[in-house]
Parts: sequence; structure tokens; C-alpha cells
Amino acid sequence: MIEWLLIVVDIVSWILLIIGSICVLIGGIGVLRMPDFYSRIHAASLTDTMATLALFSGMILQAGFSLAAAKLFAIMLFLLLTGPTATYALANSALLSGHKPKAAVLEKKVE
Amino acid sequence: MIFAGVSCAILVTMVLAIARAIKGPTVYDRLLAVNMFGTKTALLLAVIAFLFGRADFLDLALAYALINLVGVLAVLEFFQNRIDANGDASGD
Repeated sequence: MIEWLLIVVDIVSWILLIIGSICVLIGGIGVLRMPDFYSRIHAASLTDTMATLALFSGMILQAGFSLAAAKLFAIMLFLLLTGPTATYALANSALLSGHKPKAAVLEKKVE
Repeated sequence: MIFAGVSCAILVTMVLAIARAIKGPTVYDRLLAVNMFGTKTALLLAVIAFLFGRADFLDLALAYALINLVGVLAVLEFFQNRIDANGDASGD
């Protein structure tokens, strides 16, 4: 009875790890391709949150019920909490220093 | 085996972040790339911990994530009240 449970846990963690690595790649490509700084932040924050969530939950499943799983959960919680704060601080200081989003510049030209 | 694939994906993302850091017109793109590079290092450390089967890498990953956040916020304070040299988004 236990065997198929372990197999299911393995499969689920593999799927989560694959989803996490795909999201990390999408975010990385997005950071390069986005036209404007503020849309690049959007792409970078994708890697921060989705990939961290998928990768770490996949690894927690692999680690099973142990100290490593607790450490992994602590790291995941920390990264999920501080990723958006760092992104907010970055966007805030960029805006405060007069870095206009691209769309705002285009609107001026249209009038 | 899967962890080798995941670490390759993270390494590719770090190379993309370095490419953005080099290409980035404004200083904030470079800061974004540095921040992304730091969090991906923490992620890579956790994956390597599983790849090599050594649990003490997880403490390294946690410490690195903490220090990376403090570093990025400290540098941000430095750029906080500096009026951007090229004014609006003419940089990129």
C-alpha cells in the first residue's frame, strides 16, 4: 500500500520541479525581452514567486517529513515574503528618481 | 537526475540575468538583474543540496537569501533620492 504512495509523491514532486524550472526560464527570457523597465520587473517577479513556490514544494515532497523539509519551508517562506518587498523597493526608488514608464512617454507623443 | 535539469534551468536564467545586467540601459535594470541573480543563487544552492545529498547547503541558501535582500535594499537606498541622470525613460 505504501509503495504506490511513494511513487505518487515522486511523480508529483517531479511535475512540480519541471513546472518550476519552466517558470524560471520563462521569467529569465521575459527579463531580456520586455521593452520597458517596469515590465521587466513584472517578468523578474514571475521567477521570484512562481518558480520558488513550485521548486521548493517539489523539493519538500522529495525531502519527506524531516529537518531538511523544515529548512526548505523556511527558505521558501522567506523568499516568498521578501521577493515582492525587494521588487517594490526597486520600483519605488526608480519612480521616485523620475524614471517614467515607457507608456507614459508614448502618450505625450500621441497628443 | 531531475535536479541536474533544474539546476541547468536556473543556471540559464542566471546567464540571462547577467545579459540583462550588461545590456540594461538604466541603473535600475542592473539592480533588477543583480536582485534576480541573488535569489536564483539561493534557489540553486537549495537544488544543489539535493543534487549532492548534503543537507548543510540549505543553511547556506537561507543565509544567502537573507544577505542578498539586505544588500539590494542597501544599494537601493543609495539610488533613492538621486535624480536619474537622463531624466525620464529616454535611457532605454
